[in-house]
This record gives sequence, C-alpha cells and structure tokens, in this order.
Amino acid sequence: MELSFEVMLGGWIATGLTLFILSFLYEDNPLFKLAEHLYVGVSLGYTIVKTYDTVVMTLILRPILEKGEWSLLVPVVIGTLMLTRYVPKAAWLSRYAFAFIVGVGAGLAIPRTISSFILKQIEDTVRPLLTLVPGEGVTFTYSLLNPASNLNGIIILIGVVSVLFYFFFSVEHSGPGKMVARAGIVFLMISFGAAFGYTVMARMSLLIGRLTDLIEFSDASYGRPTLWLSLLTIGTLIWLSRRSGAHPPER
Amino acid sequence: MIALRRQLPLLITMVTGLVMAGQYYVPHPASEQLLTTVTKWLQIIGGFALVLGITSLFHVHAAKIRRKEAGWGYSLMLYAGMLGTIVVGLWNGGKESIDGAMTSFGWVYSYTLVPLQGTMFAILAFFIASAAYRSFRARSREAAVLLIAAVIVMMGRVPLGEYLLPISGDLSSWILNVLNASVRRAILIGVSLGAVALSFKIIFGVERSYLGGGKE
Repeated sequence: MELSFEVMLGGWIATGLTLFILSFLYEDNPLFKLAEHLYVGVSLGYTIVKTYDTVVMTLILRPILEKGEWSLLVPVVIGTLMLTRYVPKAAWLSRYAFAFIVGVGAGLAIPRTISSFILKQIEDTVRPLLTLVPGEGVTFTYSLLNPASNLNGIIILIGVVSVLFYFFFSVEHSGPGKMVARAGIVFLMISFGAAFGYTVMARMSLLIGRLTDLIEFSDASYGRPTLWLSLLTIGTLIWLSRRSGAHPPER
Repeated sequence: MIALRRQLPLLITMVTGLVMAGQYYVPHPASEQLLTTVTKWLQIIGGFALVLGITSLFHVHAAKIRRKEAGWGYSLMLYAGMLGTIVVGLWNGGKESIDGAMTSFGWVYSYTLVPLQGTMFAILAFFIASAAYRSFRARSREAAVLLIAAVIVMMGRVPLGEYLLPISGDLSSWILNVLNASVRRAILIGVSLGAVALSFKIIFGVERSYLGGGKE
C-alpha cells in the first residue's frame, strides 16, 4: 500500500521522538533533552491554541459579535486585571481578580463538597448490616466479589473508620485505639500498594502503545524508520559516551 | 487607599462566596442561570491566568537565549515547537480534523504530541519499577502488605497474571473495589472536611494568603 508523504514523515518523526525519549533509560543525553524541550514547546503551543479556540473564540468573541452578549466583557475585564501583575504600581488591582476567583471557588465548594464528598460518602459507608429480602426474610450476603454485599459493607466500614481514626491526632493512639490505628495502617498500605500496581500497569499499557507504534513504523512501507533511527540513536549515544570519556567533565 | 487595596478584595471574596454557596440552596431558574453564567466567567478568567503562566515561561527561556546560557539551544527548540504549533493551530482554526480529514494541526498532535507524551509517561514505568525494587524489599510487615497488594493488582490486570494465578483477577477487583475504596473514601472525607473549613476561612477573611504580600 502506497502511503502519503505526510503519513510517512509522521512515522519518521514519531519514531525519532519516541527513541530520543527512550534513550534516557541509558543516561541523560542531548537527544533526550531535545525531545523533552520540544515536548514542552509543542504541548504549550497546543494548550494556547485550544484555549484561544475555546475561550477567546467560543466563549468571548462569537457570543459577543453574534448574540450581543456584552455582559461577557465583565469576566474579560476581571481577567485583564490579572495581567496588572506586570505593572508594579498597579499590581494590587490583580487582587480583585483573585478575590473573585477564590470567592466563587470557596462558595461553590462548601455545599457541593459537604453533599457529595462528606454526606454521600458517609451514607454509602453506613449501610444496613443485614438485608431484608421479600420472601426470604433477613439475610446476610457473604460474596466478596460483590462490593455491595453485607460482608464487604462491614469491611468498608472498618476500613473507613480505622483510616479516619489513624489521621485523628487529638486522641492518643494507645490501648484499643492503637489497634484501630494499626488496622488503619494496614488498610492504607493495601491501598498504596493497589495504587502503585495500578499506576505501573497504566504506564505499561502506554509503553505497549509506543512499542506497537515502533513495530508498525518498522514496516518497509514507511521506509523502516524504526531500524534506521534506532541505529542513529545508538550511534549517537556511543559517540557521546566516547566524547565524554575523552573529555571528562570538569569538577 | 488601604480600603481599595485590601478590604475591597476581601469584601468581593465574601460576597461572591456567600452568593455562590447560597445559590446551591435556591432551586430557581434564575439561580441555575447564575451558576451557568459564573461557571462560564470562571472559564474565561482562567484563560487569562494561562497568559500569566505562559509569559513567565517565555521570560525564563528568552533570558537563557539572550545570555547564551548553557543549553540555550534547547530553549530555542522549545520556542520553535511552541510557535510552530501555534501557527499551524491558528491556521486550522484549532481543529485537528475537518470533515474527517486530518489537518496539519491534527498531524502535529498525532505525530508529535502523542508520541512525546506517551513515551514520556511510559518511561516512568521503568523508574517506578526500579524505585520499587530498591525500596519495596519487605523490611516490615506494612511494607510486605504493600508489596503483596501491588503484586496482586499487577497480576490481576494482565492475562498472563490471571493465567499464572487464576484467583488474582477476582482478588485484584476486591482489593480495588472494597479495600482501596474504603481508604479512598476515608481520605476523601478527611480532605473534604479540610476543604470546607478552608473555604469558610477564606470567605470570612481569616485566610488571606491568596491576596499575596506586598504593599497594603
């Protein structure tokens, strides 16, 4: 299959950048630094363009010019006040912008946080220990695989209470309290371990994605960029390594 | 002047905070409209905040290039990447594809940003694994619990793990959905209580650090 020039060029660039970043696994080197700075630049440029499109065009200019929503000039003025930070004599004006953002944020946070993150979480934690099933009477479900089972409900309750107690420093963790706090530590350790394992596997899936691309770009239809650029990267690393060996860095 | 510089911002925070907190308890179309409008306003103001951050980065690298400091070429590369992406992005109206066809901005995204971002995060897998090897050696019972939970979750997420240890899939789900959920819930409750307390302190002017220092 004949590939277009853009796709082929894209394959070469994507392969080169992937290999340059991976070269960091050997040691910090100019190829990695080049790709790293390009990453910052491109992602910054991308963010600027997206912000321009969503904020300036979609939220400000189009509504004002097409629908006459002149009230949108108010947030524009507030936002502009932020930029007074660059004028030392007028920098205090930026406080109005920050005051507005922080005030709105705090006001929005109070009822929503209480409702969703405190009351709802407590409601889901303090569940009936037994279930009333019509026709069967009162039952206790043991299934560990069902997070809504009665057994899991008790485990979750113990976990939440013990972890909260572990972080509650107004009471000395001694006697029965010490036992509860230790249970909290065990729950925390399991959670940290799970978070670690989950993160590692997420990174691994990203790595698999990159390796899949490298395999795809090793195809002859792309001109085998993976092969040639791997040789180039390895060659450059060897050359850099020899050069730094010949000229050790000054202490 | 102090009233304008210090007290008026505190008053703005208090009024906006109380109004937005009260909005939640007023089930009226006007109240909903207020929330929609203010959310849109916050998005617009957030765009200006981005300008602050970007100009700061711009200055740092511009100074590096001007003074020809070590590694100034990389700063030049950063500028080239950023300006190139901006020009291409604006040329295409910020669209990655138009009528299903990939634009040059979409090309930059697919063949530059995606590989760079993906690889940058992927190499962290190696560093996490190496850090784990050095620090996870089960020196205490707690460390052993952490290690075992991590291994089970890792095994439960891949077919090979489930093949080697058939129970790992179910065990991994149980750890994530029950044990991990209970800890996350406890932490969420604790953090939320702190956030609510901080919000009250901000609204009533007890916490003022967001106004910055400098002259009154």
